[in-house]
Amino acid sequence: MLNYLWAAMILIGIVVSVLTGNLEAVTPAALDSATEAVTVGITMLGIMAMWTGLMRVAENSGMIVAITKRMGPLLRFLFPDLAPGSRALTYISTNLIANVLGLGWAATPAGLKAMEELQKINPEEKTASKEMCMFMIVNMSSLQIVTISVLAYRAQYDSASPSEIIGPGLLATLISTIFAVAYTKFMERRVFKS
Amino acid sequence: MNIVLFISDLMIPLTIVIIVAYGLLKKSNVYDSFLDGAMDGMKITFNILPTLVGLMVAVGVLRASGTLDILAGFLAPVTRLIGFPEEALPLTLMRLVSSSAATGLQLDVYANYGPDSFIGRFVSVMMSSTETVFYTFSVYFLHVGITKTRYTLSGAIFANIVSIAASLIVTILVFGR
Repeated sequence: MLNYLWAAMILIGIVVSVLTGNLEAVTPAALDSATEAVTVGITMLGIMAMWTGLMRVAENSGMIVAITKRMGPLLRFLFPDLAPGSRALTYISTNLIANVLGLGWAATPAGLKAMEELQKINPEEKTASKEMCMFMIVNMSSLQIVTISVLAYRAQYDSASPSEIIGPGLLATLISTIFAVAYTKFMERRVFKS
Repeated sequence: MNIVLFISDLMIPLTIVIIVAYGLLKKSNVYDSFLDGAMDGMKITFNILPTLVGLMVAVGVLRASGTLDILAGFLAPVTRLIGFPEEALPLTLMRLVSSSAATGLQLDVYANYGPDSFIGRFVSVMMSSTETVFYTFSVYFLHVGITKTRYTLSGAIFANIVSIAASLIVTILVFGR
């Protein structure tokens, strides 16, 4: 899937740019993007190290396990086959909490760790497991309670009430997450008949 | 509003304080833990760097080619039919692919229509309830070498379409057109 998606983006992009006469913009765009990726990577190196460091502190002190216990019922519903207290569940809950709080960069390391743990118990090495699908879809359905950047930009452009969109945003987020979970549960039943 | 901004400023420092204080309280060796974890974070970042380069080049090429604008043009008759604000269409498509590019378009909307216009409000709600699907999807799966992703992409896109529709409906219901 990723294979085709990536190839399609590049190929379609180049073919379309020939047709629309944007070809001369393609080379600088590709080079700039590659440079930007490394710049982002270097910025990330510090931020990621900071968050994974703090995460390890929270892990070693038993804080994350304590939080995971509180999220028990929700996690059992989403991931019924994962053992309570397993490392995978611990990382999943860290990722979900960071997403809900809108900590952005803090969510990524825990998410990648969660994928590593899920991969260890994945019966098919190259294929996403049931748990991976659920985790990824919930993660990508947007969980953030308040998107700080949107508030900041609204304030910057002289909105009379930058925060008036918090409630509607929360409602839309909630609706989409419910639909995401329902869709995933439905697909689980179709794909993993047991 | 001030309270919301204050709380958002407080969010990250507070998280750090709670983590460190809890660690001290539990007599855990916080500094050693931090160094250990930070090293891990460096390795993770280093590992996802190639993915990041591949992704951003693909997004950059797609963006420069004008494909998304053409796609928006094709979709325009459909969106007009369901009352979707046409001006927000390129942004909505971009949102799924690139966060920084979407932010640029979002600011364009605020500059041209104002954040308190119908489209300004819709864009605000939509931006806070959708996610950069392509980035998360690629980085997470490539990190563990998964190539067959089953129904993950369709699920994520479905969730975000629901988000977009919900944003539109909620914006109309709460603020009117």
